[in-house]
Amino acid sequence: MKPRTEIKIALAGNPNSGKTSIFNGLTGAHQKVANFPGVTVEKRIGHKNYKDYGITIVDLPGTYSLTAYSLDEKVARDFICQEDPDLVVNVIDSGNLERSLYLTMQLIEMGIDFVIDLNMWDEAVEAGIEIDVDRLSQLLGAPVVKTIGNRAQGIESLLETIIALYEGRKDEHRHPMVSYGSQLDDIVSDLTREVHHCKGCRHCANPRWVAIKLLEDDRDIKRRFLSNREVSAELTKKLNDSLDHLKATTTEDPEIVITEGRYGYVAGIVRKVMSHPKSDRMKMSTSVDNVLTHRIIGYPVFLIIMWLIFQATFSLGQYPMEWIDAGVSILQQWASATISSGMFADMVIDGIIGGIGSVIIFLPNIVILFLGIALLEDSGYMARAAFLMDRLMRYIGLHGKSFIPMLMGFGCSVPAIMATRTLESPRDRILTILLLPLMSCSARLPVYILFAGAFFGAHAGNVIFSIYILGVVVAIIMAQLLRRTILRADDIPFVMELPPYRMPTAKSVVIHMWDRTKIYLQKMGGVILVASIILWALGYFPQKKEFSQDYDAQIAALAVQDTEPAADSIAVLEQARIAEVMEYTVIGRLGQAIKPVVEPLGFNWQMGVALISGFIAKEVVVSSMGVLYQLGEEAEDNFGQLSKVLRDPERGVSPLVAYAFMVFVLLYTPCIVSVLAIKREIGSRWMWFSVVFQMALAWCLTFIVYQGGLLIGLK
Amino acid sequence: MTTETKTSLDKLRQGQKGKVLAVAGYGAIRRRLYDLGLHAGEVITMVKTAPLKDPLEISFGNGHVSIRRSEAALITVEPLPD
Repeated sequence: MKPRTEIKIALAGNPNSGKTSIFNGLTGAHQKVANFPGVTVEKRIGHKNYKDYGITIVDLPGTYSLTAYSLDEKVARDFICQEDPDLVVNVIDSGNLERSLYLTMQLIEMGIDFVIDLNMWDEAVEAGIEIDVDRLSQLLGAPVVKTIGNRAQGIESLLETIIALYEGRKDEHRHPMVSYGSQLDDIVSDLTREVHHCKGCRHCANPRWVAIKLLEDDRDIKRRFLSNREVSAELTKKLNDSLDHLKATTTEDPEIVITEGRYGYVAGIVRKVMSHPKSDRMKMSTSVDNVLTHRIIGYPVFLIIMWLIFQATFSLGQYPMEWIDAGVSILQQWASATISSGMFADMVIDGIIGGIGSVIIFLPNIVILFLGIALLEDSGYMARAAFLMDRLMRYIGLHGKSFIPMLMGFGCSVPAIMATRTLESPRDRILTILLLPLMSCSARLPVYILFAGAFFGAHAGNVIFSIYILGVVVAIIMAQLLRRTILRADDIPFVMELPPYRMPTAKSVVIHMWDRTKIYLQKMGGVILVASIILWALGYFPQKKEFSQDYDAQIAALAVQDTEPAADSIAVLEQARIAEVMEYTVIGRLGQAIKPVVEPLGFNWQMGVALISGFIAKEVVVSSMGVLYQLGEEAEDNFGQLSKVLRDPERGVSPLVAYAFMVFVLLYTPCIVSVLAIKREIGSRWMWFSVVFQMALAWCLTFIVYQGGLLIGLK
Repeated sequence: MTTETKTSLDKLRQGQKGKVLAVAGYGAIRRRLYDLGLHAGEVITMVKTAPLKDPLEISFGNGHVSIRRSEAALITVEPLPD
């Protein structure tokens, strides 16, 4: 068999142009998600074997332009410029030709070969828009293909065209030059010549594009071309002359003159190829929209939809989570029956199998939440949700789109952190992720129930509610603080397209869901597993060999009696032994070592140990308390008993301490899986920031609550 | 003529059309608005406001866009007769 020729292509296009559906149509399941080098912008790569070719397809971020102002745009153009794809497929929303062609103009300027993909052709036809495809192809100097991405129509002909363009069989790929008006065109030509002659500023890009970008005052291109004074002296001089000349003749910035030039050129093309250019294809959508964003019923409908997603994710997700839990227990039992007991067995059973369990337990949440998000995004409702919530979210300096991850945070921070992928601005993502752990997740609820139930009786509900509110209030204050200090607003305005409502397709929803699940399992699973095993080891070593009393002998002696009081005594002895073992381990010692730190908060050392073990998962706090108070590991089933023991005055826990403890559990560093999710999404620098910041926040606020409470005479 | 012929985009009534005369602001904000198609000469329709009066939904070309009131205020338009 003849070896395949490998070619590399990139998909470029506006957000909402259906680029993803084309990508899915081209690659099917053969795709993977990575990040573009050095940034957290997602890069989807797929592969397709077609005839004699192996085609690697890279899905660039959806952008309207290719400036250096936004990270997505910079990533997209750097890819085109530096990775040198053989050609670009420019995916265009056929119903919105004029806006889409603005990006096409910039591809022409870059001098790259491209295929125009008129996607969502059916919608354009329905709206009565007619496009003269041949004429468009001629005017752009590029082949044009019609597709309906979400029904996988036209993919074959797109592939044919890609191959044909690559083989050079299409002779029309002679792009025109975008004209910006005769005066500017002359200046651009002069400057292009200078760029061309500039020795030492060799660059992958087309000299004309560089000239245009220099005139546009593009900071990135300027840095690359003009920073070396020696080689670029001539060019700098020429550029300054050109800019002076422009300033003398127009009042506008050259950047704006060039932009207007592109629009003028696009308008000219659109006039020639499109009839019925001004139709409102949103008409069908409008009646739906009148309900969904209605002045009065818009919010109730929104709340119902959010409620449904929340319930599906966390209540429906509860069932498979229980099955997974049960499955893990069965596996552990099987393992303990198979492997002879000893340290190795303990490591396999509690460390490895337990660790795997802690990874896959979140799967149901992630799968269901991303099913919901995929439906919201593909149907077009996500943009409306952001439209409805924007005003409210702006109080905390966030975008309307941040609402959904924030809401999910009350269920579980892990899927919520992953859901911030829907936010475009990196700053919004960082801010949202930093605030997310303040939304009290469901794993913290057992701790509240235990303490509030034990100390506040009939008022427990109100007390727990106050903790939730406290989290939200702290989030609002922190948001104000953060965006005035380290996360200042970048100047990107909130302009968001409201796409027409569409019926989501099963294929794209499934792919979207599977993507997230894969990221979770591949990119995070391994690290979580290792971290769980390490934490297990910290709670296992060093092993205590010598005990304060000879438990084994006492138990053996009691066992002979075979009476009920004897059995009870055995249980008490075993608990005491477990507690001694736990105190002896690294975690136990840490808990005792941090006593001076937690004492000002009113906590005893058992509480300190429980908090450290809560790093594995917040609900572990309760079971650790159970062990430390010698009630056995099944403290969750033993709530009543544990709360009775907690109330025992000799234990030193008062209602004030209990409340302080709840405040601390609300605010302190999220569980290990969340921390790793944060690292995965925004990098280790922000992860450490989040860890330290939450810790400091928890300590300070708890200190204020406890010491303040003492001052005003609370107990 | 005594009627005001220039206003900012956020001042348009629901359903009213306006032709863009200029986009104020600077740097990234301005460039972004331009790149999205809000450039001089474009005719914009005020579709509606969100329930809390902000942001606004506008339409131009063949698409609908949501824009915050503060950003719409940067865009000078000439209101067109209905």
